[in-house]
Amino acid sequence: MSEIADAGRRKGRSLLDNPRLRAILVQSLLLIAIASLAWMLIGNVRTNLASRNIASGFGFFDVTAGFAISQTLIPYEESSTYGRAFVVGLLNTLLVSAIGIVLATVLGFAVGVARLSSNMLLSRLAGAYVEILRNLPLLFQILFWYLAVLGTLPGPRQSLSLAGEIFLNNRGVFVPKPLFAAGSGAVALAVVAGSALAIILAIWARRRRLATGKIIATGWITLALVLVPPAVTFVIMGAPLSFERPELKGFNFDGGLRVVPEFLALLFALVTYTAAYIAEIVRAGILAIPRGQTEAAYSLGLRRGLTLRLVVVPQAMRVIVPPLTSQYLNLIKNSSLAAAIGYPDFFYVFAGTTLNQTGQAIEIIAITMAVYLAISLVTSALMNWYNRRLALRER
Amino acid sequence: MKRLVCALLIFAGIGVPASRVEAAVLDQVKTKGFLQCGVSQGIPGFSAPDDKGNWTGLDVDLCRAIAAAIFNDPTKVKFSPLSAKDRFTALQSGEIDVLSRNTTWTLSRDTSLGLNFTGVIYYDGQGFMVRQDKKVNSALELSSASVCTQTGTTTELNVADFFRSRKMKYEIIAFATADETVKAYDSGRCDVFTTDVSQLNAEKLKLAKPADHIILPEIISKEPLGPVVRQGDEQWFDIVKWTLYAMINAEEMGVTSKNVAEMTKSPNPEIKRLLGTEGKFGEALGLPNDWAVRIVKHIGNYGEIFDRNVGAGSKLGIDRGLNRLWSKGGLQYAPPIR
Repeated sequence: MSEIADAGRRKGRSLLDNPRLRAILVQSLLLIAIASLAWMLIGNVRTNLASRNIASGFGFFDVTAGFAISQTLIPYEESSTYGRAFVVGLLNTLLVSAIGIVLATVLGFAVGVARLSSNMLLSRLAGAYVEILRNLPLLFQILFWYLAVLGTLPGPRQSLSLAGEIFLNNRGVFVPKPLFAAGSGAVALAVVAGSALAIILAIWARRRRLATGKIIATGWITLALVLVPPAVTFVIMGAPLSFERPELKGFNFDGGLRVVPEFLALLFALVTYTAAYIAEIVRAGILAIPRGQTEAAYSLGLRRGLTLRLVVVPQAMRVIVPPLTSQYLNLIKNSSLAAAIGYPDFFYVFAGTTLNQTGQAIEIIAITMAVYLAISLVTSALMNWYNRRLALRER
Repeated sequence: MKRLVCALLIFAGIGVPASRVEAAVLDQVKTKGFLQCGVSQGIPGFSAPDDKGNWTGLDVDLCRAIAAAIFNDPTKVKFSPLSAKDRFTALQSGEIDVLSRNTTWTLSRDTSLGLNFTGVIYYDGQGFMVRQDKKVNSALELSSASVCTQTGTTTELNVADFFRSRKMKYEIIAFATADETVKAYDSGRCDVFTTDVSQLNAEKLKLAKPADHIILPEIISKEPLGPVVRQGDEQWFDIVKWTLYAMINAEEMGVTSKNVAEMTKSPNPEIKRLLGTEGKFGEALGLPNDWAVRIVKHIGNYGEIFDRNVGAGSKLGIDRGLNRLWSKGGLQYAPPIR
């Protein structure tokens, strides 16, 4: 009797009894609810903007911007569109972030390793560096570099100069700009070919070492492969390279390559600040490797440097990479403090000037959010991929 | 589950279309008991706190005049210091009731921001300041200069137009606040500091050695500066507009803060209409009939506030110039009260 009843009930409610199906059903209902809520909010915002006579839409991307930008990686003029200004700002952010990440990593690793050094002076200095830089507000550090360090450089007429080629003043650093004449393509090709050969050599040497245990000294051959072919081609093609020197014209230097002080100040501040955190992460990563590993390496006869490079660091990387990723993301996001010193990064050009000239706050803030989110997600996807490669593989 | 229902209800609340029938700004101001006025972060002569922390300046006096007209008390104002970049958003969102922050009246600001300019309190123009030792006498000699300015201003666009149309090379560095701009100019990062001439005069006082800097004679733009309100409340628009007109009319008729009490007995019909002893012009605005008396008694007429804040009686000592009354060769002209 009860068996039959149970069977009937099970049959009647079979769809909802399936936990998988039930979960999908509930989740899709929730998704529909969130989507319709978002739809409603967007519609609401549009009606309210329209009734307040505030312009909306994305048409402004094709409108002439009318303002100038002090550092542009792609050609840009006042008569360019807001869309182009958007790209200019984005590239400036990516430039300072990319260079900042590389330099902060190098400096951070150096300080982190130095802090563990048995040399008292070195480790104390590294400790002081970390404690000071990590505990001062970043905005303050940016202003320090900009106003107190670079701001005190002399004017263009009294520039500090290095061999009459490189000039340093309160308008930035000016270096000769290389001009590539016909034939420099061949030199570039020689560089690529030489490097490719060097890489092939390295792979071959590694395979051979793994197979036979013999270490082949490839250092000098690699150096020759990278340097000799381009040098020979350079001479054969008749030295197809000249330099455009920066010259003092009117108020400023003209010609040559120029790095603006806003960029330098922002870069210095981001690098030194983030490096302090990276140093701590590196130190923690190295300390996480049991002492026995080092002792085992020593007892196998490895020197201190080799022990660090072959035994400790590869294992420490597994601990270091995840928190390192979040420092990279912090650096990218912190670059938006550029607005304080007038470096035309994405936030300043787009969410600052463009927002102000067009008045379309909602669209521009939404796009800005999407862009920073996209940059961060791509960075963290790359770092996660790297992390998976490093992860301990259980065999 | 209960929590989820709660969250959904809260979200649904946000989604309800905000009703367009909002209380009139005048009623809101009366209810909260003070006027919220958007001013600059500190431009001497226009809006800046004095050594006792009281806001003073031409733009500040306009807000005090509105408060005097409504409450008969010029102290019932709260000030929100705003950067050039944030000023319109603050007004659009209703955070402030009126924006009185040396803002240039342009077509795009008048049309696409949902805002209205109520008039011109100061006719200004953009100029350049350079160091004396640069030996520059004209803006046309500024080729290849580095120019410092503030972002989010018409200045930024004018300077681009000026250099571009003359095919002169330049570099612009725009900062978020006026103070950062002045600091960068003073440190020598820029050869030129550009903004409205009135502001150049004001910022000059903040430099380390004001005497080492000169303002070039060229005026490269028209900068009519005026108060701004939100669109959609005609009564409030009229109140802000006529507060300024009342001060200009008072100067024209010779009504000052000192003689306003006697002037109420004047037989002159124009003065009688201004001071509310004849007609019901105040009521038409939604204010008491003695609205203009309150303004002039507490704040003064246009000539008085100009002189006190930016003119001969102030540290800036700017000439009236275009801001003279129309009857004295200037542009300040108010429609008649009748």
